Amino acid sequence: MLAVRKLDVAYGQSQVIRGLDMDVGHNEIVAVLGRNGMGKTTLFKALMGILPARGGQVAIDSIDVTAMAPHRRVENGIAYVPQGRMIFPSLTVRENIETGLETAREKKIPDDIYGLFPVLFEMRNRKGGNLSGGQQQQLAIARALVSEPRVLLLDEPTEGIQPSIIKDIARVLKEIRKMRELTIIVSEQVLHFALDVADRIAVIERGAIVYEGARGEVDAAHVSRYLAV
Amino acid sequence: MFEGYTASEIGAIFAMQGFAGLSLFCVFLLMALGLAIIFGQMQVINMAHGEFLTIGAYSTYLMSVVAEKHAPWLMDYYFFLAIALGFVVAFAIGWLVEFSLIRFLYKRPLDTLLATWGLSLIMQQGFRSMFGAREVSPTLPEWLLGSWQLSDTIEIPINGLLVVGVTAVLTLAVFFLLFRSRWGLKVRATTQNRVMAEAAGINTARVDRNTFALGCGIAGVAGAVFTTIASTGPTSGSLYIVDTFLVVVFGGAASLFGTIASAFSIAQAQSILEFFINGSMAKVITLAIVIGILMLRPEGLFASRVRK
Repeated sequence: MLAVRKLDVAYGQSQVIRGLDMDVGHNEIVAVLGRNGMGKTTLFKALMGILPARGGQVAIDSIDVTAMAPHRRVENGIAYVPQGRMIFPSLTVRENIETGLETAREKKIPDDIYGLFPVLFEMRNRKGGNLSGGQQQQLAIARALVSEPRVLLLDEPTEGIQPSIIKDIARVLKEIRKMRELTIIVSEQVLHFALDVADRIAVIERGAIVYEGARGEVDAAHVSRYLAV
Repeated sequence: MFEGYTASEIGAIFAMQGFAGLSLFCVFLLMALGLAIIFGQMQVINMAHGEFLTIGAYSTYLMSVVAEKHAPWLMDYYFFLAIALGFVVAFAIGWLVEFSLIRFLYKRPLDTLLATWGLSLIMQQGFRSMFGAREVSPTLPEWLLGSWQLSDTIEIPINGLLVVGVTAVLTLAVFFLLFRSRWGLKVRATTQNRVMAEAAGINTARVDRNTFALGCGIAGVAGAVFTTIASTGPTSGSLYIVDTFLVVVFGGAASLFGTIASAFSIAQAQSILEFFINGSMAKVITLAIVIGILMLRPEGLFASRVRK
């Protein structure tokens, strides 16, 4: 579904992603784990096309998207929930969701979105900037989902969010995977959230994947050592 | 400065100068709208914006010449066509300018200032070569030149009424386009967070191009409107650019309502003061007031108070 080959990404002189290889299958949830500064967010930005790849290749369903601008990647089925949510603060909740409709066949918010996130329906006429962190996270996921993606990227969706909402997010991710046969890649620092939602875990360190394992086989103690500060 | 006038005369002068000021207000407003939309979205300060007014004015002039020579039956209505033509021509040239020049400079905002200033000089010379240095005026249709006797002392020119009508319609149209249409949603999303808008699937480069062209098109309409209050020369537009910047800054760059209020107050102040004292003193007083208010409110009259 998503294939990353020998990806190199750099900010000026400092290379952050070094020859990273990754494959994610259809309808699979993969959690990318790693400490701060190991390249999770950079990897996601490069997958989305916000940062250019210096070398290597990114392909979705064997379509090479490496040279495409972000909006072209959205057309090809990637959707992005960035770190820090990046809600449009002075658009209403409904307008925020509607920005994701550009690639949708119908320019109307499908009913099941509000079914997944009832709180967004209640808040639909409020400004996005006035929502709480957890509500903004749900809004960012809704905005990504309406573009009818095949691959959903979530960058640290649990960061700065209270535990009860983290559980909700885990539940929603599993639900949408079942409903829409989505492929989901989620970056995390918290192992138990990753073990809760993901089929497979990949650990990133200094810009490359250094450990991979299916949920059942993962040695939690071993992975924890990569995450310890 | 009021000696020698009776109270009712002063009332009539205020009303008539106020109405003359409305035409100026309309030109200011349309120019400032275009400039503010472009600046708001792309942080590009378009120094050539005045030349797009000139394009609209010359389009109106050409339209009148064509109508006079080849289609006299059109003379009564050509002005409406001229407004549309001014918009279309300025929109098309704006689109080309964005495509061939501006889009390469988004990462260098200071250079856009220089580049658009250069463009404005090139365009002025272009006008001079095409239409000559002498000022021209379109022949306005008969009905547009009349006036409407409101009372014994107050006369309201018909062209002023038309200009106000056109401006009101266009301003409302821009408002609906920006706040009620899908295209406007894309513009507002791009203005607030360009990277995220692009990652949500919006083709921000195309949004930029159309926004720039729309801003120029509105300036083109301002040019058509302009022909009713002054004659058109190669540098007509550049005379208005300073006032237009003043309107945008005074109103608060992010606020549509602020732009309207500030265009109104500056145009009215100038027009009414001009009657009693000479034009340059009127300008001095207007500027002094604007500077004073900006010192108290550096963000402009109506700064937006949304958390960023």
